Amino acid sequence: MKYSPASGIAKLISGFTGLGKKYGLEWWILVIGALIILAIVSMAAFPGNIAPFSPYDQNSGPQLAPPGPVHFMGTDNLQRDVWSRIVYGSQTILRVAVLAAVVSSVFGIGLGLISGFSGGWFDRVLSLIMDSLYSFPGLILAIAFAAMLGPGVINIMLAVAVIYIPTYFRLVRGQTLTIKEELYVEAAQAIGSSRSTILWKYIFPNVIATTAVVFTLNVADAIMTEAALTYLGLGLPPSIVDWGMDLAMGKKFLPSGQWWLITFPGAMISLLALGFTMLGEGLAEILNPRLLER
Amino acid sequence: MKKNLARYIIIRLFLTIPMVFILLTIVFVVLRVMPGDPVSSMLGGHAPEKVIEQKKKELGLNRSMPVQYVQYLWQVLHLDLGESMVFKEKVTKAIADKLPATIELTFFGMLITLFAGVFMGAYAADKRRTAQDYGIRLYGIVVYCIPVYWMGLMLQLIFGIWLDILPIAGRIGARTFASDFERTGLYVLDTILAGNFTALGDVLLHLVLPAFTLGIVLSGIFVRLTRANMLDVLKSDYVLAAEARGIRHRKIVYKHALKNAFIPILTMMGLQFALLMAGAVLTETTFSWPGMGRLLLERIYLRDYPTIQGVIIVIALIVALMSLLVDITYAMVDPRVRY
Repeated sequence: MKYSPASGIAKLISGFTGLGKKYGLEWWILVIGALIILAIVSMAAFPGNIAPFSPYDQNSGPQLAPPGPVHFMGTDNLQRDVWSRIVYGSQTILRVAVLAAVVSSVFGIGLGLISGFSGGWFDRVLSLIMDSLYSFPGLILAIAFAAMLGPGVINIMLAVAVIYIPTYFRLVRGQTLTIKEELYVEAAQAIGSSRSTILWKYIFPNVIATTAVVFTLNVADAIMTEAALTYLGLGLPPSIVDWGMDLAMGKKFLPSGQWWLITFPGAMISLLALGFTMLGEGLAEILNPRLLER
Repeated sequence: MKKNLARYIIIRLFLTIPMVFILLTIVFVVLRVMPGDPVSSMLGGHAPEKVIEQKKKELGLNRSMPVQYVQYLWQVLHLDLGESMVFKEKVTKAIADKLPATIELTFFGMLITLFAGVFMGAYAADKRRTAQDYGIRLYGIVVYCIPVYWMGLMLQLIFGIWLDILPIAGRIGARTFASDFERTGLYVLDTILAGNFTALGDVLLHLVLPAFTLGIVLSGIFVRLTRANMLDVLKSDYVLAAEARGIRHRKIVYKHALKNAFIPILTMMGLQFALLMAGAVLTETTFSWPGMGRLLLERIYLRDYPTIQGVIIVIALIVALMSLLVDITYAMVDPRVRY
C-alpha cells in the first residue's frame, strides 16, 4: 500500500482505540489527563494568542464585572481581566511545579541510589533522616522553608522541592537494595566492573523506570503545594501573576459575593493537578498490569 | 504473648525519639542558616547597632551555634520552648491556648473522612466495575486534586453566602461567650460538660464547614485504600464460605469483610495524619479558626522564631505520637506484628 498522510493518521487512530480496548478505562484516564496538561501547557506557551488582555492591564473593563461576553471570567477589583490572568498565571505554576519535581527527583534518586548501594552507617543515618522528613507534614515544612527564604520564583521552587526528596529517596533506595542482589549485578562484579559502572550501567536504568509514575504524581502534588504557599502569601512578589495569589486576593471579595474571583483560579489549580494525577494513575495501571486484575 | 507486646511497644517508643530529635535539629538549623536576621527584622531596619547587639545578648543569639543548639535541646528536654520574641509570653502558653482548636477540627475532620471514605470504598468494591464503582473512583481522584483551601472557599460561598445557613468564620458566634463554659478548650466537650446546649449548638454549627472541608478532601485517599483492600478480602475463601452458608450479602460485605479490610486502613491512618495536619493549617487560615496553623502563620509574618520552632516541634510530636498509637493498636489487633 502506498503511504499517504491519511492512512498514517488512520493507523494512529486505530492504534489509539486498540490500546483503549486493551487497557480499558485506565487508557482513557491517561488520555484525558494528557489532554488537560496539553491544553494548559499551550496556554503557558502562547499566552499572547489566547489572552485577550494583558494580565496587568488595569483598564481592561469595568471594576468587578461579573462574567460576560467581553470578560468571560469577569474582572477583578483593579479592573484586570480574570481570564487573561489565568492564562498568564499558568506559566508560573507550571514552571515552579515541574522544576521542583525535577530538582527533588535528581536529589532523591541520586541519594537513594548511593545510600542503597553503599549501605553501612551512611545508609542508616540518611534513611533515618529521610524517614523523619517523610513522616512530617510536608506543607508545614515547605511553609517554614518559604518563610525563611523569602519571596521569589526560585525560592518557592526550592521550598517545594525539599519536601519531596524523601519520596524519591525511599522508593529508589528500596529498589536499589533489591536489584543489588540480582544475578546480573553479581555477574558484573565477577567480570570486574567498577562500582560506579555497576551503579550507573546496571542498577540506575532499572530503577529509573519506576520513578516515572512517581514523578507525574509528584508534579500534581507540587502544583497544590505551590498554590498553597502563594495562597498563604509566602511564595511570590506581587508583580508575578499566579493562581494561588489571585485566589487569595479573590478571598477578600467572598463576603460581597464576587464568586468568579475565587471560582476560576481555584478550579484551574484543581484541573491542572487532576491532569497530572490522571496521567500518573493511567501510567501506573498500564505499566503495572498486575493491578489490572482488580 | 503479653510480654512480646510490651517489648514491641517499648522498642517502638524508642524509635520515635530519634525522629523527633532529627526534626528538631532540622528546624533549628533551617531557622538559623537561612538569610534574615530575626533581631533586625524584629526591631525594624533602622535600629542602631548597639540596640541590636543588646537584644541579641538578651535572647542568647550572640553565642555560637553549637552552644545555642545545646541550650535549646536542654530547654526542650525540660518541656520549655522558650519565650516569644514578639510578645511577652511563654511559647508553651501560646501553643496550649491554640492546640485544642486544632485537635477539635482534626478529630471531626478525621471522623468524616473515615465514614465517607470507608463506606464509599467498601460500596465501590462490592459493586466492582459498575457505574457506581466508576463514579466513586472518579470521586476519589477528583477530590484528591481539590486544594483544601479552595474547597473551603467554595463551601463558604455556597453555604455561607448564597444559602446563608452556616457561619463561615471562627469557633463561636458573637452571642456565645467562651468564658461561660471554657475548661479544656475543646468547645464541644466543654459545652456538654457545662450542660450549655445552646452554646453546643452554636459550636457544632461553626464546626460543620471546616470539618467537612477537611474531611471531604482527605476522604479520596481512604476511598481508594478501602476499595483496594476490600477487593482482596472479597476474593478470599471465607467470604465464599459465608455466601455458601446463605448469610445475607450486605452483612458479609459490611460486617465480615470490612472488619478485615480495616486493618491495613488503620496503618495508613498513621501516615495520613501528617496530611491531616497540613490540611488543618490551610483550613484554619480559610475559616479564621484560631488553632496551631493560624498561630504558625501569624508568627511567621512576625518572624517570631521561638514560637515558629515550638509550633513545628509540637506538630512533629503529635504526628509521631499518632503513628506510635496506630502502630501499637495494629500490633494489638494483629499478633503477627512484632520486633
